[in-house]
Amino acid sequence: MIRVASLLLLMIGLYGLLSTRNVIKMIISINIMELGVNIFIVSIGFVTNGVAPILTSQVNSSLSNFVDPLPQALVLTSIVIGLGITALGLAFARKLYKKYGTYDLAKIGGMKDE
Amino acid sequence: MKKIFIGIFVIAFSVVFLLAISNSVDLFTYNDSLSSDSVSNGYINKNVTKNQSEVIFNETTDAETGSANIVTSIIVNYRSFDTLGEVTVLFLSAIGVSLLFGSTGKLAERKKSGFILRTAARIIFPMLLVTGTYLFTHGHLTPGGGFPGGAMIAASFLLLYLADEKFVTAIEKIKLVEGSAGTLYVLIGITGLVTGGYFLANFIPTGTVGQLISSGIIPLIYVLIGLKVGAEITSVVSRYLQEEVTS
Repeated sequence: MIRVASLLLLMIGLYGLLSTRNVIKMIISINIMELGVNIFIVSIGFVTNGVAPILTSQVNSSLSNFVDPLPQALVLTSIVIGLGITALGLAFARKLYKKYGTYDLAKIGGMKDE
Repeated sequence: MKKIFIGIFVIAFSVVFLLAISNSVDLFTYNDSLSSDSVSNGYINKNVTKNQSEVIFNETTDAETGSANIVTSIIVNYRSFDTLGEVTVLFLSAIGVSLLFGSTGKLAERKKSGFILRTAARIIFPMLLVTGTYLFTHGHLTPGGGFPGGAMIAASFLLLYLADEKFVTAIEKIKLVEGSAGTLYVLIGITGLVTGGYFLANFIPTGTVGQLISSGIIPLIYVLIGLKVGAEITSVVSRYLQEEVTS
């Protein structure tokens, strides 16, 4: 069920990305898409009644029923890259606003460079 | 009207997408255990090459990585080169942000904050710093690690920014921390190349699984990652908040 929900999030993000020309809203849509993909990848590694892949004094053997650690490691990378993209994208958006006075890409496209 | 067409397109795309992945991924059923031919079994049993045997907490010594947190062992040992690239991407984005905002000029006026807010922020600030440091020094034992720890350190600086209108970070010192942490990461990798035969090889004995001083270079690298990520996110946050009034 969580996989369907994550794909739904992905499609909501895709719709938002295509249907708006506002830079800030486009960055938010990219973040929603990324969230959907991340949840989907983590859910692939899910194991029923599995425990977190960390050896502790309670879960002390590697033969325990762990969930798959590999998707979690990959998603950690993806989250950090997403943070970088968002920071850089918002900086570009701020710069665009300073130059043109609007976040709307459709309006910016019609303007001439000063 | 245009939005309806886009909506229809997205729905059609999602149907095609679901049909395409339906062969390889079952959307509604979940496994009861990891399949025995999964790559992750090598990571869990801490042996990706030879015959795998059981790893016991606080007993097994000199395993391949020695990290009790298996996700950490993948990120900082088996796929450490990938993490080096990831940190570099974050570094590039921090550079891009500072390039776009610039550094000289008059700073924007900030609203004066109250006495209680300012004092409380100064009490919480060291607690946040200690928690962040704990997260990345214990990254090989508990959930957490360099990235959340670094983000928490950056959050403590963000708190000071929001609560104290006179606070500015010394960006030059932050850049120094960031650059030296990145250089040390690469130097550890080259030391592994010289002594162990491949880049980022674990050249320190891995010790007992579950001890604080164990698993070779993993704690060292995670501390460096924590400092680097903390410095990078702090510099991004400072660039946003120290924006100039006129450009």
